[in-house]
Amino acid sequence: MGLDFSVLPPFYGTLALGVLWTVAITAASAVLSFFGGILLAVIALYAPMAIRLPFRFLAWLFMGTPLLLQLFLIYFGLVQIGIDLPAFVAGVIGLGFHFAVYNSELIQTAMIAVDKGQMEAARTLGLSRRQALIKVVVPQAVRDVIPPIGNNMIALLKDSALVSVIGVSELTLSAQRAIGQTYRAFEFYAAAAVLYYIINLGMEAVLRWFENRNRLYR
Amino acid sequence: MTAPHSFVEIRHAQKSYGTLEVLKDISLNVERGQIVAIIGPSGSGKSTLLRAINDLDPLTGGEIWLDGVQVNKALPHRQYEKHINQMRQEIGMVFQHFNLFPHLTVRENVTMAPKLLKKISDKEADKLAEEQLDHVGMLERIDYYPAQLSGGQKQRVAIARALAMKPKLMLFDEATSALDPELVEEVNLVMKKLAQEHMTMIIVTHEMDFAASVCDRVLFMDQGVVVEEGPPEQVFRNPTQERTRNFLRKHLEGAK
Repeated sequence: MGLDFSVLPPFYGTLALGVLWTVAITAASAVLSFFGGILLAVIALYAPMAIRLPFRFLAWLFMGTPLLLQLFLIYFGLVQIGIDLPAFVAGVIGLGFHFAVYNSELIQTAMIAVDKGQMEAARTLGLSRRQALIKVVVPQAVRDVIPPIGNNMIALLKDSALVSVIGVSELTLSAQRAIGQTYRAFEFYAAAAVLYYIINLGMEAVLRWFENRNRLYR
Repeated sequence: MTAPHSFVEIRHAQKSYGTLEVLKDISLNVERGQIVAIIGPSGSGKSTLLRAINDLDPLTGGEIWLDGVQVNKALPHRQYEKHINQMRQEIGMVFQHFNLFPHLTVRENVTMAPKLLKKISDKEADKLAEEQLDHVGMLERIDYYPAQLSGGQKQRVAIARALAMKPKLMLFDEATSALDPELVEEVNLVMKKLAQEHMTMIIVTHEMDFAASVCDRVLFMDQGVVVEEGPPEQVFRNPTQERTRNFLRKHLEGAK
């Protein structure tokens, strides 16, 4: 039965919609994982035990279990206790928290590495510890880990394919639907792969822009 | 607690880390507009004493008073945090390693604290930054990042940053020790200028010439105690204590 890429054009619209959803879910999860990562890092380093321990348990849970299982739990599991989330929201929460835990590890290390004199100088001016963290320590730590966080974000983009299993019509699920109608697996999966790669290139460009913006201060 | 008589009063300051006593019952009075230098070998406790004044290194005993208010008041944690943040706004500090905020421009370094704590507008903040940076001769570098400055320039910006909070007292912790020799003078000049404007200053330094030329009083510390105290001409020319003489002799040999 050979390869025949002429089956693709009728499904351009489906695939384009898939790209849109993939970009949307990746962007939303990336933002959540970034700010969530900062929050988790601050909690891990500065919160009192009573707050730190449950969060550490949660982080361990997100790191130690498969992302696919987490998505199932959030989407299919939570319904049983009355929390009925739309698939997109469930996907963003799953992906976002999963990568927030990884980002938090990076940010924690960077926060510890920020020179102690920075906190001292801020406190000496009269800033509270919270103000010093927000204005001085966290911004420096985050700037130092933009490249490794970027790697996490690329992993996030690729793992966003997993949310197809809870029914978010992103790129992978769109390809599968097209295959369901045409039985042309190679053509559509290859097309999806190319599209993922292109999104990836776009994301790398955004990351490079962030890195360059921060070059001046070194 | 009796009310203080001097602008800055350190009463029976005591500090220990476990069994190691680094400050042993130190008392010191500084009048408004006075400049006091603290000299002594490393490990003598001079930096610890300076850092106790704004509670960066809290004392284990004794009291610090500034302008009639006790800095290290015994208060419940939350109230104390509020109190100490307020007190620190009135005590400027300059560090050996500058500790400028590398992610902020010179302007932002100077305006961050006033904007955050005194709620001044952007316009007022810009004016403040220009004034303070002009004062230390760094106005042309207002939109540079710290990484683009020399050590001496960084330290002048750090002084402007401290002055922008309009402190009542300035603390200098070996402000020129990390500088290349040719950059020391520009920082010393700024400090002399502050002296002429009658800023109250406590200066921990290794530079005897500078201490002799600007200070009203010199304290020689060794092993956690004040060994000798007096006007610079007396401490430097006619020290009464053997330990002071030894220190000054070694220091002079080192300088040659």
